[in-house]
Amino acid sequence: MSPDPSFAGREGRAGVEPELPELELGWRARELEQDLPELRLMIAQARVARPGSLTARSPPGIEDRLRELSNRFRGARAVTVRREPVPAAYRVFFRQIGLDPDVVRTPIEAVALERMLRGGFLSSGLLEDILLIALVDTGVPVWALDAEAVNGPLGIRSSGEGEPLGRSAGAPALPAGRLVVADASTALASLFGELASGHEAKAGTGRLTLFAIQVAGVPSLYVEQALWTCRTALEAP
Amino acid sequence: MTQSGLVIDRDRPDIEAASIASPRQIEVGERDARIALRGQLGKLERESSAIVANGFPYISPAAMPELPGDPAGGPCLLTLAELERIRDHLAGRVQDLRRLAKRRVEHERRARELLDGMKLEPGRYKFVRLPVRDLGEGGCGVWEVRPRLGLIGMLAGWWHVKLSSGCPLSGGPRSLRGPGRIPQ
Repeated sequence: MSPDPSFAGREGRAGVEPELPELELGWRARELEQDLPELRLMIAQARVARPGSLTARSPPGIEDRLRELSNRFRGARAVTVRREPVPAAYRVFFRQIGLDPDVVRTPIEAVALERMLRGGFLSSGLLEDILLIALVDTGVPVWALDAEAVNGPLGIRSSGEGEPLGRSAGAPALPAGRLVVADASTALASLFGELASGHEAKAGTGRLTLFAIQVAGVPSLYVEQALWTCRTALEAP
Repeated sequence: MTQSGLVIDRDRPDIEAASIASPRQIEVGERDARIALRGQLGKLERESSAIVANGFPYISPAAMPELPGDPAGGPCLLTLAELERIRDHLAGRVQDLRRLAKRRVEHERRARELLDGMKLEPGRYKFVRLPVRDLGEGGCGVWEVRPRLGLIGMLAGWWHVKLSSGCPLSGGPRSLRGPGRIPQ
């Protein structure tokens, strides 16, 4: 990613770790600004300070937190989660963009179902665990891109006919009009979908671009909290 | 033109001017209509979620017909026609859910009346079994009209209502040989 100008300015000082920018707001295509004015993309940069790989086993503190969340998130809540304000707002938004949330589950409902099927929130690597904790805590999903594979500021727009999803050689082509999270040149993820191959965080990634999607009915505080949860967990030594 | 006492002059210039909307006006009007439809979708979705959450496990959205189009097709900005189609189908689905919820409420009301009857006059409801699930309660308990003291009560007409102890133990029934183990 081409760094933020303020970020680049501080980077020059020898021996001083450059400070990462605070949360940023992503851009939106004009038609989205008009039609879905409350749709926002919030972005945070995070430097991985934890030793070891992002895909390796989580430290005991994070595994304990997952266990605690598993105990708090029981069957009754899995059923009623769709009525909670933040998950309900994502369900409504899914309908508004042509997704049936009973078929394509919202992120929080998907993890609630997994929780019921697997008997708990099972650890599946440091980064996955951190994103899961943020999601269960706030109801807001967070995605992590390899910051080195992001070119320019992130935003939301509609895809063009046959546009590739990602920059890799075998990137799948998107149909026209698909809502995507994109950088200055390329679509990097389908909205609420999978990240493009080659842009996701890998085991040794040192810097991450985290993003969350805010929709109507989701307070900014929740989105900020989700991003800060991920950032502080990743930056903790 | 006269219709029910109302006179409409089609040649009036202001009406003519109003009927010719600019593309910009049409665009703004369509956008407003799309925003209104999205609001309706939100309201219907919230109602549907409330019915499903309140009626679980007796009411499931899985039993409802799927919405038009490809629900897993991917997120996109929907056109006015697409939004209308989804709104109409969702409204239909909410109607079905309301009907199911109403039927369920009626079922529970009848079950409660039956239980009241069983408690008042057990002799009229010999061996009638009423699962607590029919009353909208969780668990595996069953209300049953049984004779007191077995055969003697049956011959003497001594009937009473009993509630079974609930769900079977996860480890199966306790051994009848000797006392159960005391957990360490």
